[in-house]
Amino acid sequence: MKFKFKDKERARELVNLIEKEVPDRRVKIVHVCGTHEVSITENGIRSLLPDRIDIREGPGCPVCVTPTKDLDAAVKLAENGVTVTAFGDMLDVPGTEKSLKEVESEGADVRLVYSVSEAIEIAENTDNQVVFHSVGFETTTPMTAAVLSQNPPENFSILPSNKLIPPAMRSLLELPNNDIDGFIAPGHVSTIIGVEPYEPLVESYEVPVVVGGFEPLDVLYALELILKQISEADPRAENGYERGVDYEGNPRSQQLIDAVFRKADSTWRGVGEIPESGLGLKKKYKRWDATERFDVDPEAGEEVLPNCRCPEVITARATPDECDLFGEQCTPDSPYGPCMVGEEAMCNIWYRYGGRPKL
Amino acid sequence: MNDSAEETVQVTHGAGGRKMDELLGDHVLNALSSKSAGSIGLDQLDDGATVDGAGEGTLVLTTDSHIVDPLFFPGGDIGRLAVCGTVNDLAVMGAKPLALTSSLIVEEGFSLAELDRVMAAMEEASKEAGVPIITGDTKVMGKGDIDGLAINTAGLGTVDEPVSDAGMNPGDKVILTGTVGDHGMALMQYREGLSFKTRLESDMAPLNGLLREARKAGEVTAMKDPTRGGLAAALNEMTEKSGHGVTIDEAAIPIREAVSGVADLIGISPYEVANEGKAILVVDPESSAAVLDRLREHPLGREAGLIGEVTDERPGKVVMETEVGGKRFLEAPVGDPVPRIC
Repeated sequence: MKFKFKDKERARELVNLIEKEVPDRRVKIVHVCGTHEVSITENGIRSLLPDRIDIREGPGCPVCVTPTKDLDAAVKLAENGVTVTAFGDMLDVPGTEKSLKEVESEGADVRLVYSVSEAIEIAENTDNQVVFHSVGFETTTPMTAAVLSQNPPENFSILPSNKLIPPAMRSLLELPNNDIDGFIAPGHVSTIIGVEPYEPLVESYEVPVVVGGFEPLDVLYALELILKQISEADPRAENGYERGVDYEGNPRSQQLIDAVFRKADSTWRGVGEIPESGLGLKKKYKRWDATERFDVDPEAGEEVLPNCRCPEVITARATPDECDLFGEQCTPDSPYGPCMVGEEAMCNIWYRYGGRPKL
Repeated sequence: MNDSAEETVQVTHGAGGRKMDELLGDHVLNALSSKSAGSIGLDQLDDGATVDGAGEGTLVLTTDSHIVDPLFFPGGDIGRLAVCGTVNDLAVMGAKPLALTSSLIVEEGFSLAELDRVMAAMEEASKEAGVPIITGDTKVMGKGDIDGLAINTAGLGTVDEPVSDAGMNPGDKVILTGTVGDHGMALMQYREGLSFKTRLESDMAPLNGLLREARKAGEVTAMKDPTRGGLAAALNEMTEKSGHGVTIDEAAIPIREAVSGVADLIGISPYEVANEGKAILVVDPESSAAVLDRLREHPLGREAGLIGEVTDERPGKVVMETEVGGKRFLEAPVGDPVPRIC
């Protein structure tokens, strides 16, 4: 019944090491993955660590960083009679005027799916046009690429909002006064891309990057490796999740992505445009691009609502509890900003698990 | 009338005539064996039923409408749920259940074979609980007006000293009578069509026998069955109502490996999904060991565990010490749990 990844003794040992290695100043460590944030809050990791270690989630929630113009495009497609399929949380994110859930209640055909294959199944069983809103990082992209390379039904297309993690990490480091002392790189994404893509970040910014797994001991281990690098002044791209990640990643998945997608500049909600941080379809696959097939090119809507501090939360410059709206005008039942919608998003997770209470 | 029409519930079955008598006789009354708690019971098809022996102690009355999708799932169905749910509501009040009512609302076209399966499950659960179903009602609604079948059951019981869900005192121990999350995860897995190698089953069971034993063994100050919203919702409700806090030791919470595996995989907390055969008992510290021993002697309490303690700190809150020694609030769930996807 007990998991070896949740051993109290081992956790204590790692915390002891961390306490020894942590410098006598505030240390800000950023991860970029909702599953990391869930593991950290769900297991009370912050309460185990010295107060001066400040762990934050960067742009790790695909739902939060999808720009309103993409959301508006999905809404417009649904309103025009297209069957729109999307991952669960995407249904609730407010676009400029409406969310997918709202147009669904007005009669549009919007379906929640758990994978792109489900969207294909829907397309195979209808004559209607079916669009899959392809959201996510390097983890979900290979599946979409696989489906597109296998000649999907003619009435199927995707609305590509896929994004890449390393350019987003770079954009955080480029922000003035970012104070970032180290990154826990996402385990799932790294399973695909490997460790190598983080090397240039380390070279440019001399910041430790350690790939971390998702069990609480994995997270503590990754933190320990980062602090060791800091104390030894030896920043590197390091694999702290060897049972899940190879240095080269998964070449087959990388080839699939490369065959179908090309790098493109991309807008991250709350962050702005980041060069070569997103994916568009290659020429050969353009016929399955919903933005080519349909007339969807809405004006960019309002990315950030007044007083919403999501942009700062997404860029690891504020914690959810520093926002006046948090837990008051902005709750998971009635979200104001995107960081409260996504189950991978910091505000939502902090609300559900109580963040870092002084316990 | 053709054969296929014979095999489903028709609007005429609910019209009060001969067809209705047939439906009740062949598919409801026949299915049940324990049907009276006094001189007038279900077989008499009177306007109500009588209950003997309810004169002593305090009467407890409860009612619950049961809807579940799908109607049949691993480890049970809506029939078993309708009996267990209501029996357990009485049992966690400390009451001895005397009798149940059963009100069936059936959609036109509902398969009679499936209705028979549901009734057989009600019969089995009623026998297990030792509680008769003594009066009832059957209505048929038009096609599309209701989704298949809904069952309302009401339960009557007696109790000398009712146990509320708020009666806890600082220092009391918190006991969970078995593994957490089985019903909710089984349903979640089945509903989402997720195919895992492990087979999860609902834990649905009538708890009146188990909880009677527990109360004989020691002083139980509060009880609650963690159904909808799971352990997290139930503990938060208990702390909010009592004005005390509770500290839970996560490592001590009994959980099946398969349940925690599926929970991790789909990203839904096992503490936030329903249980249908478990109860939270808050027990005076002096007698907590005796209560735990007694629970573990019972087939439904073998995996009971002492999971926490009532405190004076943080009134209304549930603090959980996690398996790695961290601390966090165990918050009541927000809305319906949805699998995490990314």
